[in-house]
Amino acid sequence: MAAKVMTITSGKGGVGKTTATANLSVALALLGHRVAAVDADIGLRNLDVVMGLENRIVYDIVDVAEGHCRLRQALIRDKRVPDLFLLPAAQTRDKTAVSPEDMIELCDQMRNDFDFILIDSPAGIEQGFRNAIAPADKVLIITTPEVSAVRDADRIIGLIEAEEKGPASLIINRIKPEMVRYGDMLNTADVLEILAIDLVGIVPDDKAIIVSTNKGVPIVLDNKAPAGLAFHNIARRLLGEEIPFLDIREEPNLLERFVRFIRQG
Amino acid sequence: MTRVRIKGTRDGLLVTLGEGELARALAELEERLNGTASFFKGAWVALAVGKRELSTEEIGRIKALLAQNEVVLGMVIGEAPATRAAARNLGLETKRSLQPGPRPGWRTEGEFSEGALFRCTLRSGQIIRHPGHVVVIGDVNAGSEVIAGGDIVIWGRLSGTVHAGATGDDQAIVCALDLDPTQLRIGKHIARPPEQTPDRRPVPEMAFVQDGRIIVRAWKYSF
Repeated sequence: MAAKVMTITSGKGGVGKTTATANLSVALALLGHRVAAVDADIGLRNLDVVMGLENRIVYDIVDVAEGHCRLRQALIRDKRVPDLFLLPAAQTRDKTAVSPEDMIELCDQMRNDFDFILIDSPAGIEQGFRNAIAPADKVLIITTPEVSAVRDADRIIGLIEAEEKGPASLIINRIKPEMVRYGDMLNTADVLEILAIDLVGIVPDDKAIIVSTNKGVPIVLDNKAPAGLAFHNIARRLLGEEIPFLDIREEPNLLERFVRFIRQG
Repeated sequence: MTRVRIKGTRDGLLVTLGEGELARALAELEERLNGTASFFKGAWVALAVGKRELSTEEIGRIKALLAQNEVVLGMVIGEAPATRAAARNLGLETKRSLQPGPRPGWRTEGEFSEGALFRCTLRSGQIIRHPGHVVVIGDVNAGSEVIAGGDIVIWGRLSGTVHAGATGDDQAIVCALDLDPTQLRIGKHIARPPEQTPDRRPVPEMAFVQDGRIIVRAWKYSF
């Protein structure tokens, strides 16, 4: 079976592309699929750190593209889950070290050995982004409920439509239910109204993410964290299952409405 | 007195040189082009000269003037045969009069002008530039732009920047089902919307220029 290539991108930096790539890769592998996670953020590689595989890198994506090693040699196996591999980015080079054609070629080489290839896109709309979406069969846009992140996501969706890579799906990350309830943050409906694309998941803000990122243990491996559950659900939706969205209470209850009324008063 | 009129059509711009001394009309044309250069950029232009007789050299000068402002002269419309012959010498299309021939299957009474219809969500970074009227069925998101020579109608939410009457037409209007633009321009007027309460209920509105200011009113079916 030929792999499905999915690129995770956002436009804006720091909204959770790398965390989402790591967690969705692990979640899909836990569900029994053969998964390759590819870090396309050449020069600012992070995916290896978040996945806790940094100390095992020998070769990277640029070595493969330039023919210094074979693809097999650069792929790092994650021993915590069956059939999960990482193709790390180079840290000492920049985005121009790889072309969109190289990325398509690389993914084509991997297609027969994997069910899913997840590409972690760099921030921005320049060559790194172009590299990351060139081989994509499906694009996942990640945003946070902030006006600036949503604006960038909108721009990215336009670019993806222009490249005929659409329709993209949306992940809304880092929702703070109490802020939404007080009207201090955009809610899911606000974001969807602006972006008008399919929602594939909402991830609540979760302090455990920071701990997991620092430790290099993706949060989906911790079955108590709400964010981990959210990523599990997204992985299953990507496989075509119908899973209801997490109950992140966004509407204020009576007391909160009263408090808000007094505050505005 | 205005000697030069610039109007958007479906194909491009129509520049009409009125009566009077050619040099003065050209000076005015140059001024108008400078004022709105970015809008005109790359446009195809038909030049209507009326009864005026122009030589090949004079048309060449106008063509060069337009080229300086990055617009392309493509056609000369004039009643004098000498003018049309001169234009043909420069490889330009010619027409005798402005009257567009009746289109088969069209029935029009009174004045009408041409526009373009877009059915899409206009996203941040995307831009629609059209010399005539523009109708968008869909949302115009913040960070996008619509620039039209004529009117702009958004059948959806307008959050981006729009410029109606970009050729300098203060009579142009902007309508939207939910008029909440980042910035709204009509002709040479610019307006920012007032700070709005987040809970406002969108109503269709129309913006137009009155007494030198942009005014926004509920969009009624008659005006």
